[in-house]
Amino acid sequence: MSIKALRGLLLPAVLLLTGCQTVLMSPSGDVALQQRNLIVTSLVLMLLIIVPVIALTLFFAWRYRASNKKAAYDPEWNHSTMLELLIWSAPLLIIIALGAITWVSTHKLDPFRPLDRVSEGRATQADVKPLTVEVVALDWKWLFIYPEQGIATVNELAAPVDRPIQFKITASTVMNSFFVPALAGQIYAMPGMETKLHAVINKPGVFEGFSANYSGAGFSGMHFKFLGMSDGEFAQWVDRAKEGDALTRESYQQLEKPSQNDAVRRYASVAPGLYEAIVNLCVEPGRECMNETMAKDARGHGAHGSKSDDSKPDDGRGDMPMSHSP
Amino acid sequence: MLRATSTAPVTKMSDHPDLAKLIFGRLTWDAIPFHEPILLYTFIAVALGGIVTLGAITYFRLWGYLWREWFTSIDHKKIGIMYMVLGLVMLLRGFADAIMMRLQQAVAFGDATGYLPPHHYDQIFTAHGVIMIFFVAMPIVTGLMNYIVPLQIGARDVAFPFLNNFSFWMTTSGAVLVMMSLFVGEFARTGWLAYPPLSGIAASPDVGVDYYIWALQIAGVGTLLSGINLLVTIIKMRAPGMKLMQMPVFTWTALCTNVLIVAAFPVLTAVLALLSLDRYVGTHMFTNELGGNAMMYVNLIWIWGHPEVYILILPMFGVFSEVVSTFSRKRLFGYTSMVYASIVITVLAYLVWLHHFFTMGSGASVNSFFGITTMIISIPTGAKIFNWLFTMYRGRITFELPMMWTVAFMVTFAIGGMTGVLLAVPPADFSLHNSLFLIAHFHNVIIGGVLFGAFAAINFWFPKAFGFKLDPFWGKCSFWLWVVGFYFAFMPLYVLGLMGVTRRLSHFEDPSLQIWFQIAAFGAVLIALGIACMLIQFVVSFRRRESLRDHSGDPWNGRTLEWSTSSPPPDYNFAFTPRVHDADAWWQMKQHDYRRPTNGFLAIHMPKNTGAGIILAGISTVLGFTLIWQMWLLAGLSFAALLAVAIGHTFNYKRDYYIPAEEVARVEAARTELLASHV
Repeated sequence: MSIKALRGLLLPAVLLLTGCQTVLMSPSGDVALQQRNLIVTSLVLMLLIIVPVIALTLFFAWRYRASNKKAAYDPEWNHSTMLELLIWSAPLLIIIALGAITWVSTHKLDPFRPLDRVSEGRATQADVKPLTVEVVALDWKWLFIYPEQGIATVNELAAPVDRPIQFKITASTVMNSFFVPALAGQIYAMPGMETKLHAVINKPGVFEGFSANYSGAGFSGMHFKFLGMSDGEFAQWVDRAKEGDALTRESYQQLEKPSQNDAVRRYASVAPGLYEAIVNLCVEPGRECMNETMAKDARGHGAHGSKSDDSKPDDGRGDMPMSHSP
Repeated sequence: MLRATSTAPVTKMSDHPDLAKLIFGRLTWDAIPFHEPILLYTFIAVALGGIVTLGAITYFRLWGYLWREWFTSIDHKKIGIMYMVLGLVMLLRGFADAIMMRLQQAVAFGDATGYLPPHHYDQIFTAHGVIMIFFVAMPIVTGLMNYIVPLQIGARDVAFPFLNNFSFWMTTSGAVLVMMSLFVGEFARTGWLAYPPLSGIAASPDVGVDYYIWALQIAGVGTLLSGINLLVTIIKMRAPGMKLMQMPVFTWTALCTNVLIVAAFPVLTAVLALLSLDRYVGTHMFTNELGGNAMMYVNLIWIWGHPEVYILILPMFGVFSEVVSTFSRKRLFGYTSMVYASIVITVLAYLVWLHHFFTMGSGASVNSFFGITTMIISIPTGAKIFNWLFTMYRGRITFELPMMWTVAFMVTFAIGGMTGVLLAVPPADFSLHNSLFLIAHFHNVIIGGVLFGAFAAINFWFPKAFGFKLDPFWGKCSFWLWVVGFYFAFMPLYVLGLMGVTRRLSHFEDPSLQIWFQIAAFGAVLIALGIACMLIQFVVSFRRRESLRDHSGDPWNGRTLEWSTSSPPPDYNFAFTPRVHDADAWWQMKQHDYRRPTNGFLAIHMPKNTGAGIILAGISTVLGFTLIWQMWLLAGLSFAALLAVAIGHTFNYKRDYYIPAEEVARVEAARTELLASHV
């Protein structure tokens, strides 16, 4: 409780200090808001020890200056069990508190975890399905695929207010980081892999999104607008995309080629299975998908069948005496 | 995509291009940046400066002196000084990169694209990071340890004197390769840790990443060997009576740092070797083909990278401990807890690497674990700060330059430490990762900790090394410009981080950000003036050296053994190996009316200079350069030469000599006279 009160006191101070309403200190999405609160709480906790340290440093430096003959001087004093106990335990207590907060908040705000609330005091409703957006970081632009709506856009992202969003994130060639500061924290976008982010936008508006991990020459121009909209506006936004071209595997391969400072593009439809193919690095015709390769590897021996491992129960020899089948 | 090229006709051309390729590899005239005016003018300036310097050395006939007394020296004191010179020279280069970035970010808004295209800007921030860590901070830290540790433990040199010389030249060789990339080819455009896939051959086919790899590999040999060397020195060569718990705190932190170096640097060597295999022979360690994974690289490089930051800061913690107790005229508070704090930090340094990439998608429990271990490191670090605080308590503090830097450090580092712990909270990091808030944080601890520590150390031990103090007026100018400049340069970056601005951008759209970048650029200008004042300080001090002269060898009323010998110390450091009874050995000796021995000197066994180190490192530079440009013929030849010289060196049996007793007696008598005349 007292932490909350302190936060209330400190928040205006931080805002004043930073001169204006910075996006991280006044976000518009619930996840980013909780992260903001966490930042402020942690800072308050640490200031409990940092402020006295800085104050004492300056005070001692002034008080025990050589010219101040009134101050005590004790050249051999170098140990005090009480003080040692204090200087190890005071930071320890702060860290125990902060560690507990860290453990809880890291699990609660795990980007892979579906949301359980839309905003403070408003739980997510079981009948509202999250909006799924498949995000692909390309060189150097963002592709957003909406499987539910069947559309795709480049460098423009939109979502209805208060509806949970599930982002599935990957990249075509190099590592990027998908970040909309007003909405939620970032997560890396990596080729051949999929990361996830769950978030919700609570206010309508136009927000900045960008790559937060340097990815080469076109990196500085790799930003997009994120639009928070009412349901009606979102439906219109989807309809606008429906007027665009189709995103086929061929046009994706064109799109994938490096380009910089790209304008917004809209696609009326998306080739089936395109996102899965991108994650598995097999959009190009004739390339084996990574999940197939891995499935083959997992099935086992292939050409190296002679080097068999007796303990493998799935290779048709589970009845061998050495097997570990339960 | 690549498969299409296999159908290209393989017609045999004339033999000449093949021969040229064998000799010159990928190197052509295109590699020289005639078309980039900034680089061209820099090159002309550097070339003119170089010609003047070399000309002056020749004119004053200094080559023989430099070769005999410095380049081939295996004296740990001279090698220490050469490391410091290397670090300070490279600081100028690294800072030039910094101020170019600040300028670009202050002007590149909206329609203005600034004066640096991404191709150039991306090299600059990569080079800035690489140079500042590997070729500024590391040489300064190694140089300090090299100079101070043997003196503090009462030894005459390090355990392996030749290795020490070789290590220094290998580090220099790496620095030379980085500098060459400025004018021959280009440097990496990947960020200072060269994450794949960006650093892989597909995304970075040019020589930039190869410069990065080979510069670090060659310098890494030097760092690792010097780590082993100092480790053995501290373990085996302490003066009789000096138990581990009686070592000066700086020596303790040096011990911890060298443990970290020896255990961490091989990881860097291995991960860069794997990356070069990916680039040179087409393996797939870090690409997605054939089961490779870039996340492995990110983990490995940080398993080295996090200990690395403690490698840099721990010795500085030692410096501050020495400075605080000396200038408070008081025994260090909590010596034992200071030592254990260093050891705890050493161990924990290996358990926190994942906090550099919470955003890579690890599970919540893994992220929490590494977040909490990171926070735990702040406990021993906090204990250290309190120990310095209570050393000042009831002291008699004189604000000489080293103490000023220390107080500035304590305030600045507390702020940097706090933002560091904040970044260790994973959900907070999701918002702040890779932002300018992060940049502000690590400059806050590296400048506020490592650089302020280096400046404290330079001002503290300079009279020991050169026999005269540094000029306090210009030192204070430098101090205030640096400290104020630091706050101007980096506090705006915290704000920008909270405004959601990410790092490594060369162009911005939002005009409301510009004012903060301009404040930061102003701070960088103040720092530039601070650096200028420091250089002036060196020149002025040299010219005023007679009035700044230290005759006593103990200008600060010091506490540890290095202050018991003359300034500068004789080649053999100590005529008689001191006997130690206390952590503050020299202080204790002074308390007990120690009398310098004035007779009964014996001949002293010393190691002999050798040119093998600089020759081996010179060949390594050639080898590195030829591997970068894939000049396979020359690479093979230089590798063979490297082996031949190394083997040849093992047949050099003239490795030691004796300083005759008369010579020792003469040097010591001169000092006796000097001390008597300046009581």
